Amino acid sequence: MLETLLSPLRKLGHWVIEAIWRLGMISRFFVAILMNSGQSLLRFHLVIREMYFSGVLSLIIIVVSGLFVGMVLGLQGYTTLVRFGSADALGALVALSLLRELGPVLAALLFASRAGSAMTAEIGLMKATEQLDAMSVMAVNPVARVVAPRFWAGVLSMPILAALFNVMGIIGGYAVGVLMIGLDSGSYWSQMQANVDLHVDVVNGLIKSLFFGMAVTLIAVYEGFDATPTAAGVSAATTRTVVTSALVILALDFVLTAFMF
Amino acid sequence: MSTDSFIEFRNVSFAYGERSILKNINLSIPRGRFVAIMGGSGSGKTTLLRLISGQVSPQQGEVIVDGKHVEKMSSRELFELRRRMGMLFQFGALFTDLSVFDNVAFPIREHTHLPDSMVHDLVLMKLAAVGLRGTERLMPAELSGGMSRRIALARAIALDPALMLYDEPFTGLDPISLGAIAHLIKKLSDALGTTSVMVTHDVQHSLNIVDYVYFVANGEIVAEGTPDEVRASASPWVHQFVYGEADGPVHLAYPATTSLADDIGLGDLHA
Ligand SMILES: Nc1ncnc2c1ncn2[C@@H]1O[C@H](COP(=O)(O)OP(=O)(O)O)[C@@H](O)[C@H]1O
Ligand SMILES: [Mg+2]
Repeated sequence: MLETLLSPLRKLGHWVIEAIWRLGMISRFFVAILMNSGQSLLRFHLVIREMYFSGVLSLIIIVVSGLFVGMVLGLQGYTTLVRFGSADALGALVALSLLRELGPVLAALLFASRAGSAMTAEIGLMKATEQLDAMSVMAVNPVARVVAPRFWAGVLSMPILAALFNVMGIIGGYAVGVLMIGLDSGSYWSQMQANVDLHVDVVNGLIKSLFFGMAVTLIAVYEGFDATPTAAGVSAATTRTVVTSALVILALDFVLTAFMF
Repeated sequence: MSTDSFIEFRNVSFAYGERSILKNINLSIPRGRFVAIMGGSGSGKTTLLRLISGQVSPQQGEVIVDGKHVEKMSSRELFELRRRMGMLFQFGALFTDLSVFDNVAFPIREHTHLPDSMVHDLVLMKLAAVGLRGTERLMPAELSGGMSRRIALARAIALDPALMLYDEPFTGLDPISLGAIAHLIKKLSDALGTTSVMVTHDVQHSLNIVDYVYFVANGEIVAEGTPDEVRASASPWVHQFVYGEADGPVHLAYPATTSLADDIGLGDLHA
């Protein structure tokens, strides 16, 4: 009887301790990355190379999703705005929703599931096939040579991808609002221009995506580096990257929004 | 002997957690010699190499390489030591995202500031040494097992190491690649004058190329000697190994704590 009462409690306690322990490990890993970043910055082509991989991997999915999200925003926004007789404000609505929220958040979610998971799998496989061991036996620190360039590449790619997502979304909104529904093209753009503030909306959105980029890439490289070096271990780590990233992005978004707007 | 030994283990014990892998190992490998450490799968051979390269530290005892205690080294000293060390991993461990050329160039680019043209020449020389010039544009996925092992060998000798560690260089190769690798390893260690340690379970090929052999079983050194002594040895350990017998002092079964009869519920029948 006592056992059945205590067992969930014990599980909860175990889960909490485990979570805090992992948080500590990730933080220490983050510090290790920062301390070993000198090489990535001096040999910046290493970062560019990883940006090419993670960025290009995510490009198609970002462009296509951005376009569709913008089109949906155009449709939904129009049907709502027209009830209040302010369909002209569609441009502002689409741009503000994207810049402040949808762009950074959705781009980060897509980036996590495309590039983040690939990063975890790649580093995990390098571990499983002794490539990381080989590197450190060659007196090359894998955190400096493998992890740090990927981390910075992810951090730098994320705002660029989010900006691209925003641009595609605004084009999608334009396609639906102006080309399909027939709103005035001039008012779509001028409403947008009048209502979007460079600092409050654009810069804050980019800051958000910078944070998301850090969080997603940190999780991705940590999970890869920490993976059990077997096929099953790598696949479990990949799943964890996607799930943890999604949760962290959404939680972080709430915190950042509360501070910013 | 101890003054001239390049690698020395003094009463070394190592365990992964509770599980004891090596017990009280003493061995000494003279400078410039080629030594094989033989033992079955899971006998702790790879662990022994990891102790030499400082990837793991012993719970007890001392590991001395070139006069310095590996187990007491800071990570900077360790990296200093490893720069003069080459290791051939069991499955090659080539970097899958780099071409053959970039793999072999990797240690050269990381540790020297040579101009590109010089790196290029060095890489081609190393590839020629393993007989694989012309493969530099291939990716590791495009290589056969034997070829990757040879490329990995070229990468391991890229900086002319003073110490070479080979982890089962013969495992999983066809007889022709196997002969080629064995010949290469012999040729390279003679030409470079390196101290070499090879862990393996392939008795036939290793006896032909090494100067001295240690046999490891159950975490201990059970026999040692020159190849000739090994061939003539009366030790049951050596005999079982050299002739590949299933029964002998080394048992195939994992040491279980309960009997099979108990496990399948027949224990009572005997009681
Ligand atoms: N990182 C590790 N953690 C726990 N056990 C390990 C680890 N690496 C190896 N082992 C165990 O230690 C034993 C010896 O391993 P190893 O040195 O790789 O043997 P060998 O190379 O002779 O096949 C094996 O039984 C293996 O299961
Ligand atoms: Mg092994």
